[in-house]
Amino acid sequence: MENTIEVKNLRYIYEGFGDEPDVEALRDVSFNVEKGSFTVILGHNGSGKSTLASILCMLAEPTEGEVWINGKLMTGDTVTDEDIFEARRSVGMVFQNPDNQIVATVVEEDVAFGCENLGIPSKEIRRRVDSALDTVGMRKYARHSPHRLSGGQKQRVAIAGVIAMKRDCIIFDESTAMLDPMGRREVMDTIERLNSEDGVTVILITHYMEEAARADKIIVMNEGRVLTEGTPSEVFSDPEKLWEASLDVPQSTELLYRMRKAGLDVRLDIFDFGECADEIARAMSERRRENNG
Amino acid sequence: MAELELSGVNYIYNKGTPYETHALKDINLKIGGGITGIIGHTGSGKSTLVQMFNGLVKPTSGTVKLDGEDIWEKKDRVREARFKAGLVMQYPEYQLFASTVYEDIAFGPRNMGLSEEEVDKRVRAAAAFSKLPPEAMARSPFDLSGGQKRRVALAGVIAMNPAFLVLDEPAAGLDPGGRRSILGGIKEFGKNSGTSVIIVSHSMEDMASYCDRIIVMASGRVIMDGNCSEVFSRYNELIGVGLDVPQVTRIASALSHRGLDIGRDVYTVGYAAGKLCEMLDGDVK
Amino acid sequence: MKMDIAFGQYCEGNSLLHRLDPRVKIIITILYIVAIFMAKNVFAFALMLAFTVALVIMSRLSVRVILGGLKPIMFIALFTAVINIFFYKGDEPLVAFWVIKIYKEGLINAGLIVLRILMLLTATSMFLTYTTTPIALTDGLEQLLSPLSKIGVPVHDFAMMMTIALRFIPTLIEETEKIMNAQKARGADFSSGGLVKRAKAIVPIIIPLFVSAFRRAGDLATAMECRCYTGGKGRTRMNVLRAGARDFLFTFVIIALGAGVILINIYAPGYSV
Repeated sequence: MENTIEVKNLRYIYEGFGDEPDVEALRDVSFNVEKGSFTVILGHNGSGKSTLASILCMLAEPTEGEVWINGKLMTGDTVTDEDIFEARRSVGMVFQNPDNQIVATVVEEDVAFGCENLGIPSKEIRRRVDSALDTVGMRKYARHSPHRLSGGQKQRVAIAGVIAMKRDCIIFDESTAMLDPMGRREVMDTIERLNSEDGVTVILITHYMEEAARADKIIVMNEGRVLTEGTPSEVFSDPEKLWEASLDVPQSTELLYRMRKAGLDVRLDIFDFGECADEIARAMSERRRENNG
Repeated sequence: MAELELSGVNYIYNKGTPYETHALKDINLKIGGGITGIIGHTGSGKSTLVQMFNGLVKPTSGTVKLDGEDIWEKKDRVREARFKAGLVMQYPEYQLFASTVYEDIAFGPRNMGLSEEEVDKRVRAAAAFSKLPPEAMARSPFDLSGGQKRRVALAGVIAMNPAFLVLDEPAAGLDPGGRRSILGGIKEFGKNSGTSVIIVSHSMEDMASYCDRIIVMASGRVIMDGNCSEVFSRYNELIGVGLDVPQVTRIASALSHRGLDIGRDVYTVGYAAGKLCEMLDGDVK
Repeated sequence: MKMDIAFGQYCEGNSLLHRLDPRVKIIITILYIVAIFMAKNVFAFALMLAFTVALVIMSRLSVRVILGGLKPIMFIALFTAVINIFFYKGDEPLVAFWVIKIYKEGLINAGLIVLRILMLLTATSMFLTYTTTPIALTDGLEQLLSPLSKIGVPVHDFAMMMTIALRFIPTLIEETEKIMNAQKARGADFSSGGLVKRAKAIVPIIIPLFVSAFRRAGDLATAMECRCYTGGKGRTRMNVLRAGARDFLFTFVIIALGAGVILINIYAPGYSV
């Protein structure tokens, strides 16, 4: 499988001002992101996940280590401005604060902003903007002022701006953190659709566990390191480890975990409430059969 | 025990313009003691409601009483209300301004016209809540981490010794560890100081674990008011107004359909696990 | 509403005036101003007035909005009128009282000058504010002035700054309100006390507002960089302003108006200004 992003032994140090000590935000971080996959980077505030995001978007240069984007090395002295521009054309980013990433005073103008920067002909921009607004379900707000939209709608406009540039990989840097549950659902549905229907590679940085449960792969960050990495079932099967990293597991996992500790033989890799009930019911009736037989 | 009472409160803003909105409709509430949660999604009127408590917003009709006194009756009552019902707005760390943590926390008490001695006492007491070491009091609040800033902002309101501590989304944007620590801190503070706490949130899980009473708002009205088990047992109605219930409540309901009835009032994982273990033990016996 | 401060006096609509190319509107406005200052006699003024009334009708805006917009200028207009009435000298005074002499010419002159001020304001706000969003105006100016970028004037950068300012004004107004409420909740008092006390009371608002504005600016710069913004060079636009038949027609009409004014000045002498 082709990798959109490969990261090898990343290290990043924030230099302290004056007599403050340097802070090592990333220590020996390595992982791959497969083309078309849905990867979640999970970590508490200050775990290094945002530093990682800015490195992947070429906004910061790592102190040590390599970043490969679409098979091209993006770190070191040989990288030119054109390379960075090229990488930015394929990797887009949606930020946390919906208000601070919208440039224009009209929704469609904002969606067009990136395409205009790329120097795409007007007619083609119009086509892309209309189709991007359709994809995120914001076409009927095309001529609105972004200021009056809800947080979820603003984020969808920001997403439209990224997909209009035809990027094959989008990084969401805590894009749902400032939204209410409804806005979060809107944005998550849009993200999932982009991934499953349009084949966009998605990297979602978050601390919401429910969002992580939908991923192909979860990378858990703690104290600047990759604490653990795997499918949601693999990662959530060790809740203690996540609790230690100031994270949470879905309530279904927590309940199953507690039941297992009480001696019930249940699986832990279940995130759906119905399946969770099924599993508990199955194990309980099995236990009853054992006791009776 | 201090008491907050709203009777027949209506609020209409942008009256007479195309944007006229009836934000609150005939609210009747009595709050005093414990931790009260106010739930509802954006636009349900919950943020307007909490701004009624300290007189930031004046009702179009109806009365707001603090300890039996109408806060809009006399001009200085409103100012008193600000100190009695201490309001912490969303993302309060964005309102820090002073050059040191100490000065920022002292802003409220100084506005109350207290003596410097009393201010100092209040600041030191409130600072305990921020969990910052004493030497950090001289630091600039802008040098602190996000979580610390939020605690300092909360301490700034706590230092006014309000009878009610009203918090709008105190855990917004924090990671699970941060949420647990700030909500836990608030709960402990309420219990130790006897302050009535009112928390606005849209996280059902948080409300279930921290609140004694839950008020559910939808399109400007109070549609439910009761303790956690009363509210969460009305599962279908909550989902009907676009709200959620804790995942464990859904699991409990699914379990009851599979012949494992642990009750409809399950809203924390600990309680559900306890009930299931009782069943296990019962089986063994 | 307070939220619409950034949109000035713009009134939504779809009239002929609304649909004119903003560049054309800027040029027309300049031509109109020239024409109105060229108008020298009653007949030329009548022509200009007819045209201005036609504009108002075409814009389909309510007369109340337009009259409301004239209010702030009324004092200046009246002041000018009074000065003209008292100091303009004609042949035969209509009224003579002590040192004050009022002439017929003075009255006419005052009337025409007031009319000129009012028409000037009506027409410019009609073209540039009531029917044009600030953003369209910015676009129009950018494209009109773009030849200047060849001699090193950073036209694009100024236009971008304007756009961003317009985008963030409502956001920052909302933020100011939030901060004020938060400080009021801590007992801050913005409405009493002397000048020094009031100035001091602003500190808890200004500082968080600045901190937030800088944070937003930083975020926005990062977001723009991520969206491949590298300045005006090599940039295209989705909506390219294209002047259509109506734009040319309108320009033609206004040139004809100017010509009409000149002809009247020469061939139809009346009470001249």
